[in-house]
Amino acid sequence: MSTPDSRANHDTLHSRGSDVLRPGWGYASVTDKIAGIVLTDHFGWRWWTAFLAASAGVGALLAAISWLFVKGIGIWGVDIPVAWGFAIGNFVWWIGIGHAGTFISAVLLLLRQKWRTSINRFAEAMTLFAAGIAGLFPILHLGRPWFFYWLVPYPNVMNVWPQWRSPLVWDFFAIATYLTVSLLFWYVGLIPDLATLRDRAGQRGQRGRQVAYGLLALGWRGEARHWARFEWAYLLLAGLATPLVVSVHTIVSLDFAVGNTPGYHSTIFPPYFVAGALFSGFAMVLTLAIPLRHAFGLHAFITGRHLANAAKVLLATSWLVAYGYLAEMFTAFYSGDIYERYMTVNRFMGPYGPVYWAMLTCNVLVPQLLWFRRVRLSVPALLVLSLVINCGMWMERFLIVVTSLHRDYLPSAWGMYYPTAWDWITLFGSIALFVWLFLLFVRFLPLISIAEMRELVRESAQGEA
Amino acid sequence: MSEPALYGLLAEFPTADSLCAAARHVREHGYTRVEAYSPFAIEGLDEIIGADKGWIAPLTLLGGLLGGAGTYFLQWYAAVVDYPIDIGGRPLHSWPAFIPATFEITILGAALAAVVTMLVANGLPRLHHPLFEVEEFDLASRNRFFLCLPARDPVFAPGPARDLLAGLHPLLLCEVPA
Repeated sequence: MSTPDSRANHDTLHSRGSDVLRPGWGYASVTDKIAGIVLTDHFGWRWWTAFLAASAGVGALLAAISWLFVKGIGIWGVDIPVAWGFAIGNFVWWIGIGHAGTFISAVLLLLRQKWRTSINRFAEAMTLFAAGIAGLFPILHLGRPWFFYWLVPYPNVMNVWPQWRSPLVWDFFAIATYLTVSLLFWYVGLIPDLATLRDRAGQRGQRGRQVAYGLLALGWRGEARHWARFEWAYLLLAGLATPLVVSVHTIVSLDFAVGNTPGYHSTIFPPYFVAGALFSGFAMVLTLAIPLRHAFGLHAFITGRHLANAAKVLLATSWLVAYGYLAEMFTAFYSGDIYERYMTVNRFMGPYGPVYWAMLTCNVLVPQLLWFRRVRLSVPALLVLSLVINCGMWMERFLIVVTSLHRDYLPSAWGMYYPTAWDWITLFGSIALFVWLFLLFVRFLPLISIAEMRELVRESAQGEA
Repeated sequence: MSEPALYGLLAEFPTADSLCAAARHVREHGYTRVEAYSPFAIEGLDEIIGADKGWIAPLTLLGGLLGGAGTYFLQWYAAVVDYPIDIGGRPLHSWPAFIPATFEITILGAALAAVVTMLVANGLPRLHHPLFEVEEFDLASRNRFFLCLPARDPVFAPGPARDLLAGLHPLLLCEVPA
């Protein structure tokens, strides 16, 4: 990409090349490369094709939601005994995906991991969109979604309060906080880059963009005092977001674990859910990173090291998840509870057995390929693996929700859950909405933190990165 | 002040190290309100120009404490005072069940306090600033480093300030109208 700014194009120093940044990059060239992705007027037919396809999916989702509002949740496959179907499974899946972004941003920042820099921004965007979509599902699942605000404690004429002892109310607080803090973290990190875009757009004579980015940049000037406070606030946010990440999926797991239902009522649930969240979240980071670096030629910034590190996290979390599966089985048999035992055997050999074995294959068996260095360094293999894991984790969420419910204590109350076309449209529509939001994000905001890349250039030139 | 309409003098430098050296130099000449502008956070520069992090950490703590205490109080008040329901003699003040919401709002309060304090301490949002009138200044968000001696600095005098900056061999030296 040519630099439109004719002044000061000669970088005074260049990155030396390291595992996380290729050599030869300077402050101006990283700025122009990343800002150029956003400020270009021609986004190409590939972006437009993807955007139109995603828009069609969003249209289908809107149609499915409208029909849901007209007819009620009877259009889905849910019934008694399986009153929680795709909607709750999708909710848990999406909120899990929404965990890696904050984990990467916050935990890797606190651990001073250099490989965080080029992937944290889009991973945070991923978090925000995934958590937002997740939040939709419990609301859609309410019989009367227009009363969802009854979860909020506010003085009301009914004179009642939310049920504070209910995990669903805890869930509301967890998701609302997570969304807000993720948005703050993301936006604060964006402010210096928005200022860059304001100045670059001004330089290019793009007046409208200059004003839009200028308003969002809040007048950021990059003064040393501002930077010091900015970095301090950012570090505090990272420290606050770290326990928050762990708490959110813990509370989501309590939606299940607090209920006295075989297969739900288990103390392994909180850590098992958090591990699963990181597992699926890192899988989604790879699913997004690989096409992004290809589409925008970002191989210099998102290197093989980034992908291989994410792959190692996948391997580790795969084992944590496998431990969760083992602990569930062990506890079921060790407890001596016939219902727990039956539920476990039913997972293996019941009507949803094939889904269970497919899940184990996707989440435990196939990820073992990551032990091989060749697989970790093979981009196509990582893309395929990340998609397999995404599917596997969705199946896990589905199984947790459905298998425990479809066999009640009394055989006379047994039943089956079969998803309807509307269930499928809502699931794939939510994926389309995610893609749609992400496409808009890469169109309008820098997908890599420019300011932090400049810092990395300096560290690299000094031989520190 | 002979020229009241002056915001300050601005000098442009090519590298982070030259900016740090220049900032140190002018600080040694008694300037206390030195402003240094850079496209990324330069470690140590804040100490050179004498910046402090202000109230961010204490107010973040306060925000967290207020959020947590307020949320706990709300739950206690609702469950014990305003709408007590006796369910099989279970305790009304069931504190373990009140922890999740308390924890979440503690984090929320602290995060909001951190961000708001940072913005207020930085005087943001401030959409316009005299420096934005300097055409070269848009490189401060790309690859150039700027040092500004503001006219409001007690030791500022236009002539000596200009000589001091010129002695540092900046790429550009200009006056910034207020």
